[in-house]
Amino acid sequence: MCATCGCGQTELAIHPHDHPHPHEHGHDHGHDHDHDHAPETRRVRLEQDILAKNAEFAAGNRRLFAARGVFVLNLVSSPGSGKTALLARTVQVLREEFPVAVIGGDQQTANDAERIIAAGAPAVQINTGKGCHLDAHGVGHALGRLPLPEGGVLFIENVGNLVCPADFDLGEAHKVVILSVTEGEDKPLKYPNMFAASGLMLLNKTDLLPHVEFDVARCLDYARRVNPDIEILQLSARSGDGMAPWLDWVRRGQRAALAQQVSRLEADLAAARARLARGGG
Amino acid sequence: MIPIAPMHEFSLCEGIIETIAAQTRQQGFNRVRRVWLEIGALANVELDALRFAFEVVRQDTVAATAELDIITLPGRAHCLDCAQAVEVTQLFDPCPLCGGYQWRLTGGNEMRIKEMEVE
Repeated sequence: MCATCGCGQTELAIHPHDHPHPHEHGHDHGHDHDHDHAPETRRVRLEQDILAKNAEFAAGNRRLFAARGVFVLNLVSSPGSGKTALLARTVQVLREEFPVAVIGGDQQTANDAERIIAAGAPAVQINTGKGCHLDAHGVGHALGRLPLPEGGVLFIENVGNLVCPADFDLGEAHKVVILSVTEGEDKPLKYPNMFAASGLMLLNKTDLLPHVEFDVARCLDYARRVNPDIEILQLSARSGDGMAPWLDWVRRGQRAALAQQVSRLEADLAAARARLARGGG
Repeated sequence: MIPIAPMHEFSLCEGIIETIAAQTRQQGFNRVRRVWLEIGALANVELDALRFAFEVVRQDTVAATAELDIITLPGRAHCLDCAQAVEVTQLFDPCPLCGGYQWRLTGGNEMRIKEMEVE
């Protein structure tokens, strides 16, 4: 059984049936009328979110991140957007400044985690098998296999897929959607839920713009139609152009998470001091 | 994470079955006959895929023969430019009144298990 969440307990209600049930039947059933023996039915109101379970695990992850001042980003994209290359380049720089770690979701391989580890950051890979997204429960487990980057940044590299990961909160501060200029500029309209769920969009591989037909202005317009609040940065992880604003964006988030941890700790400390001053327990 | 077919409608159905099975057991019922879902018109769900996934996932559970009823909820938004409640059918729709995109969704992304009939 899992210590984090109690999973692994079999929930199957197979109930052993080796005991006799007393069936007292000492009275007569009058049965001189016809009727259907339909079992009794009842309507039960549930009014429950389908993703409620995931939301609970996500809230647990989020509490842990807040307590330890970790800024967490959930990176989502199509396959081949250059997510891993971007991450490798990002952690290479930022690991010199504060703790960083990476959780990667991949259907089959550990290749991505190896590239991140080569870039100098601790990384674990969650193999989702045929699963198409990470969920908050899986991320909670992965956290046990990784030093938590306290006061730093945890990057969660989701499975390459612009549909399913939109629905699954992992406890992150933001989803960051990465789109490369080798893809269609209308992706924000084709996968609107993902762009609506993301706080930042990175337009990657801008070094290839001279070689592809990609209308940047139209793409950004589509993204803003779906999500008027989305922030957008353009960069090339390969050439390094535009990396600085992205790194600054991450640094600002990391500072903010750390500042929130400090205020929380100060409030806790003040409360404890007040209790001590009162002489109580 | 349980390896499943690459359609998140399967994950959603696993969540649905888990919830209704737990409720059915807790309340001492034997079988689920019908489930009502409320799905927003702009939710990230393919209804056909959801129905298909439900038929697969319900097997060998208390909901093995349960019927699925899907109630679609309309997409509703508040337009910041015209300060009005409007109806939208896609996340990239312009406001039907002013043609702008400065609106916030107020309804239509729900994914809820509303009710079930048990015996």
